[in-house]
Amino acid sequence: MKKAAVLAAAALAFAGAMAVRATPPPINYVNDDAIMSDGMPRLLSEYGFFTDLGAQIPVPHVYPYRLNTPLYSDGADKLRFVYRAGGTQFRANGEGLIDMPVGTALIKTFAFEEAGERRLIETRVLLHRDSGWLALPYLWNDEQTEARLAIAGARLDLTTPKGEAISYRVPNKNQCKECHGLDGEVVPIGPKARNLSHDWLGEMVAAGHLDTVPRDADQFPVWEHRASADLTAAARAYLDVNCAHCHRPGAMASNSGLDLRWEQQSPEALGVGKRPVAAGRGAGGHLYDIVPGSPDSSILTYRMASPEPGIAMPELGKATVDEEGLNIVRRWIEEMAP
Amino acid sequence: MMTRLSIAAVLLATAAPALAATHNIAPGENAQQELQEALILAEPGDEIVLAAGRYVLTDGLSLDVDGVTVRGEGMDGTILDFTTQAGSGEGMLVTSDNVTLRDFALENPKGDGIKSKGADNIVYHRLRVTWTRGPHPENGAYGIYPVESTGVLVDGVKVTGASDAGIYVGQSNRITVRNSIAEANVAGIEIENSRNALVEHNIATRNTGGILVFDLPDLPVMGGGNVVVANNLVVANDTPNFAPPGNIVAGVRRGTGIMVMANDNVLVEDNILSGNPTAPIMVIAYTQSFEDERYNPFPREVVVGENIYDGGGYDPQLDGADTLLAAFGGELPPVMWDGLGSLAVVEGTAGWSLNLTEQGVGLEGAQPSPLAVSAPSGDFDRSGIGAPAELDARLDG
Repeated sequence: MKKAAVLAAAALAFAGAMAVRATPPPINYVNDDAIMSDGMPRLLSEYGFFTDLGAQIPVPHVYPYRLNTPLYSDGADKLRFVYRAGGTQFRANGEGLIDMPVGTALIKTFAFEEAGERRLIETRVLLHRDSGWLALPYLWNDEQTEARLAIAGARLDLTTPKGEAISYRVPNKNQCKECHGLDGEVVPIGPKARNLSHDWLGEMVAAGHLDTVPRDADQFPVWEHRASADLTAAARAYLDVNCAHCHRPGAMASNSGLDLRWEQQSPEALGVGKRPVAAGRGAGGHLYDIVPGSPDSSILTYRMASPEPGIAMPELGKATVDEEGLNIVRRWIEEMAP
Repeated sequence: MMTRLSIAAVLLATAAPALAATHNIAPGENAQQELQEALILAEPGDEIVLAAGRYVLTDGLSLDVDGVTVRGEGMDGTILDFTTQAGSGEGMLVTSDNVTLRDFALENPKGDGIKSKGADNIVYHRLRVTWTRGPHPENGAYGIYPVESTGVLVDGVKVTGASDAGIYVGQSNRITVRNSIAEANVAGIEIENSRNALVEHNIATRNTGGILVFDLPDLPVMGGGNVVVANNLVVANDTPNFAPPGNIVAGVRRGTGIMVMANDNVLVEDNILSGNPTAPIMVIAYTQSFEDERYNPFPREVVVGENIYDGGGYDPQLDGADTLLAAFGGELPPVMWDGLGSLAVVEGTAGWSLNLTEQGVGLEGAQPSPLAVSAPSGDFDRSGIGAPAELDARLDG
């Protein structure tokens, strides 16, 4: 049995060598097989996304990017990368999610600063396989040399940039889907054209990775510049990025009837004058999701301001309150005409 | 004979799911991880068996694989203890179809107990969800919480202490809730924005309201109806409302036995109602104003059949209670209607009506009088009501 396997492997290697001789493929460091085949690679290094894993230096074909307005994750630094498989091209899809074909991988590493040094906590990968997108979490070792598959998730103690000691939650594989699920499928959330810069999109087009820079790209304010941005745009972008992956039709919180997507224009669907359905004690004694002019009596801000499970929103990926985000949403509600 | 038997055995064997596996989990330090890994790695047809004991869990569990059974060693034997839960909105979340959950308990989840969303043909059997401190506004909202699903069978569960509803079925179709006990919740059993529901042979006691059937506006799934509430024991639902304000059930009056609000084609029959001091049976329109054009706020084609009433509304939590009690001779008749929509009751049923003429404006304009409505015309059409029969097969064993 063993001998047969070795022989088969040798035969494959030989065939591979023949193929290389026939048409030299471009150098590709990424292990497409790890992305595409059925299993769940146990180690992050198996994918070959990085030349230096611990330093998070990507190989060619793996491109860093950022989002204008990012998801809050207890103040974690996030390193985002996208890998485009050979022979494919990304396609713009209006202001929405960029269409990334089978073979694509999205990689996001979460890091916290500790004693002046960056500590990598977890890396989440989204793999586009023939069967659809698969989300997997990887947990970094103490030596910062490798990250290991943690399908059941994990908890670890750490201190946030604001000095809050928290029990940080690495989501399990199912919890990945709780946010990434849409109409029963797993889908990416972040790389929507409206939340990506013209500059980055332009570079991607120039390099041939993307077909075109779509109209309506780059609409969301850059979060660090929110003070000078339009308040409504900043608040709506924040809600879209932090809430609307669940609070939209077809997603985890669809049964609430609350739809916080950027494109939603109905005040009722956005929560104005909307009564809670299944909020339980999350309502905090308030009657409506949003009471124009009164963030103190709005359920939306009450839940954002709580770290307590059963009350806190978002339900996942949050141990501390995002004071900056809360502030923007509070001001937006304050300035709504009652 | 021999040959025939072995052929039958072969057929049975091939009908079973290929390579169904059993994953055995025991309490202990790594139980959270081992159990969650089993829930993720299970294949359709697999069974996850939870040995007896107390599992101390810090995070919500979730299942997203079709056709899995999670089985404990009894609702008092296998206990998933969420008292120190630090994350997630529920104790357990199911998002896959054809799942069976049976013979275990959840205690003190921070949010909801077990939620199943978009999980068709689910069976909840002999489960217990308990908030051990009893009624408290900071308890989780729902104990058993299937939503947006087709095919729901809840059989033999027990829920205590939910700050909203013990057993809540929302925005679903083809539902049976039976043989279950809902005690000391705000709402015992609640069927909301759902169709084709059978609620039978349950005990609802010491809740604020025993069994509630209603429709709310502004939800993705609307048009609840075709509901039968039969053969239930609805007794002493007299716990003061402890729901956090803002929730719809916070408006439920202490002492409501069975309430039907804004629903279509509902039969309430063969129940025993005792000690429900506001109203053993209440049939009303949605009480608030609303904008949703898809929404019908009225009770329509509601039928109150033969029930056993041990007294009526002897201590109603209603404005002008003293005047009402005096007018009706010290106790309100068992069936209360607000006068909106349509209601039929069998002959000999005592009731009273508020005789409202307008929906959503409160009780102003109420002109209480004894109930005068017609008797039901013809038999109630029960076809299509209840969970699909094939779900019963999973109760064996």
